[in-house]
Amino acid sequence: MNPYAISVKPFGEEAVLIEWPNRVEEAILKDILEFNKYLQEKLPGSGRWEQVPAYNSLTLINNKEGIDFEDMKKKLLGWYTEKKAVDPAPRYLWTLPVCYTPEYGEDLKEVADLLDYSVEELIAEHTAHNYTVYGIGFLPGFMYLGGIPKALETPRRSTPRLKVPSGSVGLAGKQTGIYPQESPGGWNIIGNCPIPIFDVTKNPPSFVSVGDKIRFYSITQGEYDLRKIEGEVGIYKPEKELLDD
Amino acid sequence: MIKVLHTGFFSTIQDWGRTGYRNKGVPVSGVMDRYSAAMANALLENEETDALLEITMTGPVLTFDAPTFIAFTGADLPATLNDNPIEAYHVHKVNTGDTLSFGKFRSGFRCYLAIKGGFLSEKVLGSRSFYRPITAENRIKAGMELPFRTYENFTPKITTIKAASLFEETELDVQPGPEYEILSEKQQKELLGSEFTIAKENNRMAYQLTQNLDAHSVNMLTSATLPGTVQLTPSGKIIILMCDGQTTGGYPRILQLSQRAISILSQKKFGDSIAFRLY
Repeated sequence: MNPYAISVKPFGEEAVLIEWPNRVEEAILKDILEFNKYLQEKLPGSGRWEQVPAYNSLTLINNKEGIDFEDMKKKLLGWYTEKKAVDPAPRYLWTLPVCYTPEYGEDLKEVADLLDYSVEELIAEHTAHNYTVYGIGFLPGFMYLGGIPKALETPRRSTPRLKVPSGSVGLAGKQTGIYPQESPGGWNIIGNCPIPIFDVTKNPPSFVSVGDKIRFYSITQGEYDLRKIEGEVGIYKPEKELLDD
Repeated sequence: MIKVLHTGFFSTIQDWGRTGYRNKGVPVSGVMDRYSAAMANALLENEETDALLEITMTGPVLTFDAPTFIAFTGADLPATLNDNPIEAYHVHKVNTGDTLSFGKFRSGFRCYLAIKGGFLSEKVLGSRSFYRPITAENRIKAGMELPFRTYENFTPKITTIKAASLFEETELDVQPGPEYEILSEKQQKELLGSEFTIAKENNRMAYQLTQNLDAHSVNMLTSATLPGTVQLTPSGKIIILMCDGQTTGGYPRILQLSQRAISILSQKKFGDSIAFRLY
């Protein structure tokens, strides 16, 4: 059963873009990830393809040879039709520690005032929801998270900062997320996550995949310091829970 | 080892790129002008994908602590080996203690220095291409040592190839991008019928153009981008993503450059002209 009309578009000499309806929806993302998994078995020649899911699209990139678009389109539409209930790749809920203090969250007080919360209420609200990973990009390991309640929507900072520290947790518009590396950025910073979200010494370098969920929990400075050291020496294991929906 | 005495403007180690991690947000990186890089490696009978030094604008000064063979291609930079001028697109023997110096570019923008067997600097996630924060460094620095394998003897099948004339080309072969259809007829006409100039903002991540198209208000969900993807911002600015470009983006993807067009563009600098041509 495939409830969606998908479209297949050429994307240069080396890629094909598959698009689902233009909406942010859990069900669409799940269908994309099922098809993504199914294609891992179907696409000819292992290791030649990279598959990049995001929101309502799946991009297939062939690194070794060009793509015969018309032929590939026919095959993809056929595979999508025949795809029945494949076992989707396991999805996890990751619980990530965040230290919400003015030291790490430069904009914490300002954002709380703006949203008419006390700092404690803002932390309670930010840690009360599971956020879905709709995409990974912009920076290595950067997660596009969805499912932010209206009550947490804040405008971006009018002037972006030139340097946002690695691990910073931010709010901007309908988005929340973690800066995996130090970078320029315009989000409101409310805390810092001490564990490495992206680690080149690990394979894969990022433990999170598109389709997973993230929940934050508040930690003290003491626990922050401990997790930071664990992260630096590479013994920290992020807490996860299998999602079985 | 090769020791870096002076860095020049901006030089990085690059191979064919870091594939397999785009779903984790890792850019591909790799040589910008594959066409020129492949020729340098071919002269030394290296693998096409072996790592080279990509030299931008002005070149470094390097000394060698063991014998090997080198060749350089791409942008035209004057080069000397122990103060004797040496030719591009030609295999040269280097001896222990030799010093290789590059000057300032005369045409093109990126020069490729290949070494027999390839540069052997650290591989991270399957590639030697510099890209911070994946690699510790984002460019070579004075005092840095670059490993390579020693070669006493090598008899190349060919010692010289003719320099590429690719740099004089100004037309970039493109295909319509996934969001090409959002463009008005006027925007399409301007995009494909005008000459554009390279803006100051051009580097391994992206090239911006000086001229804008009309503004638009098309909202799209973030989706994958590739090296050579041409994006249109809401204000009408045209951004061409290059090898270090981000792997996803939220701006309409109006065109996609061919691999050859990426090579041509990689040799352009601030103020140069280009045009897009559908193929």
